[in-house]
Amino acid sequence: MENILNGRARRFGDDINTDYIIAGKYTKTLDFSSLAEHLLEDLFPGFSKTILPGDMIVAGRNFGCGSSREQAPIAIRCAGIAAVLAKSYSRIFFRNAINQGIPAFLCDTDSIAEGDRIIVNIGSTTVELPDRGTTLPMTPLSPVMLDILKEGGLVEYLKRHGGFVLDPQASDRPRREG
Amino acid sequence: MGKTAVEKIISAHVGHDAKAGDFVVADVDLAMTHDTTGPIAITAFREYGREKVWDASKVVIMLDHAAPSPNERISNLHSLLRTFASEQGIRLYDVGEGVCHQLVVEQGLVVPGDLAVGADSHTCTYGALNVFAFGIGSSDMSGVLLTGKLWLRVPDTMKVVFGGTMPKGTCAKDLMLHLIGKIGSDGADYLAISFGGDTIRGMSVSERLTLSNMAIECGAKVGLMEADEKTTRYLEGKYAREARPAFDDDDAAFRSRMEIDASRIPPLVSRPHSVDSVVPAADLAGTAVSQVYIGTCTNGRLDDLRIAADILDGRRVSANCRLLVCPSSRQTLVDALTEGVITKLAAAGAVILPPGCGPCPGTHLGVPGDGENVLSTANRNFKGRMGNNKAGIYLASPATCAASALEGRIADPRPYIR
Repeated sequence: MENILNGRARRFGDDINTDYIIAGKYTKTLDFSSLAEHLLEDLFPGFSKTILPGDMIVAGRNFGCGSSREQAPIAIRCAGIAAVLAKSYSRIFFRNAINQGIPAFLCDTDSIAEGDRIIVNIGSTTVELPDRGTTLPMTPLSPVMLDILKEGGLVEYLKRHGGFVLDPQASDRPRREG
Repeated sequence: MGKTAVEKIISAHVGHDAKAGDFVVADVDLAMTHDTTGPIAITAFREYGREKVWDASKVVIMLDHAAPSPNERISNLHSLLRTFASEQGIRLYDVGEGVCHQLVVEQGLVVPGDLAVGADSHTCTYGALNVFAFGIGSSDMSGVLLTGKLWLRVPDTMKVVFGGTMPKGTCAKDLMLHLIGKIGSDGADYLAISFGGDTIRGMSVSERLTLSNMAIECGAKVGLMEADEKTTRYLEGKYAREARPAFDDDDAAFRSRMEIDASRIPPLVSRPHSVDSVVPAADLAGTAVSQVYIGTCTNGRLDDLRIAADILDGRRVSANCRLLVCPSSRQTLVDALTEGVITKLAAAGAVILPPGCGPCPGTHLGVPGDGENVLSTANRNFKGRMGNNKAGIYLASPATCAASALEGRIADPRPYIR
């Protein structure tokens, strides 16, 4: 995983549910490339054709609410989205995104507009907006989620570790995930 | 300081004392997956190079989301699931057996005090039986198949107490729509809801399942309820394991506490395209609906079909409206046939669908047309949910749905209650 991600904001609002990310009628497949073309199409017809390398989805509250379908983050990954930034995530989607190796981070996205250049620094947990001359703090991921992300997703993580390994110091931190 | 029921159940599954905020690795009593999420989980599991799942007796696979299969692509996914189940010795409930969550509770696959996961967001349904149950994705499911365990963060608990008697015409569904409308679609994000109060105690298990089923619609991990004599009776003779019911201590640290007077809740409707957009059914009276759907893991049980049949008996569905009814399981269908409930529904004009998810997830069996409104007993009304993003989906109780089918427009059910 790259420590610094350089890209462009693709702006969405609050409560973007997993049905919007990928409609149920497309989910019954193992041909994941077929998911990408329908990404977010009920909100933005033709969205997937407008994605450029490095594009990041920037959303408001409760991104990924609704269904547990992992086809949603798979569609995001296969469509070439480099990262997701949101003010908050629905719990299941957040896990699924990290499990798919998608850098999904929490930050206050209110000041980010469609097309803004974004530099995500995973090591320093910041989001830089060079056009605006501002830098936003990101909420750090819990150690287990960061470990899974660093491995490129849960399957690779479990291949390496054979099971879940928790840092005993991880408890009681004020994080909102899992 | 006391503990919440959720903290107690998780503690019993991690082998040490766990409290809200802790990150733990918990043992899983039941892992459920189905024809939408199962194929990806199995594909991931096969990457680990392990021949057998951790414990085939604790895994179930359901074919319910597109069942019977509408096309060859889905038929092949069903075949993949059948082959895997057969190789592994996993119980598989094939097409027509019913919707996954109804099968789990009806077949007694969980008992109070269990920790269950399902690759479906409405797994929170089993909370009504005092099971700490929550939805996960396919990768997490592959990890459970491999290890029998899952990491999780112990959630804080929001206590929701319903008091008072539900008025005539108000159903369990209306109570949950009221709560979701009040706290919003992320009002319980990352929290467990613990339901209590005399209204809940007075409810049938079927009604309780309706509330717990929709806990995810306000972001909750589970909608937990206490086990009582009704829970015991419901599960009687269905399982061999010992129940270990868990209760909230009075002095447990709740994140928040809410008291709701059920006697003041009228029949409600959730409007397109968000479940938390809730208004009284009376306010929408007259809104045309082309299709009414009664079924799903939320409201497809025998109680629900009875409510609809009592309203529809001897009457006729509007010529401008299609009524689809999908019993939540084969057992529900058989019971409803035996009681004559299906006869009343069919005589009134209902199309009876094979037990399963029916048209709820938008794959088949009743995709609405452009510009049509659907009124449904399901749990989600997101744009495109039923397969057409140019349709509007309203959600309501079986009573409101039945009354509305008679009028071909949204109707307050109270004048139709006999």
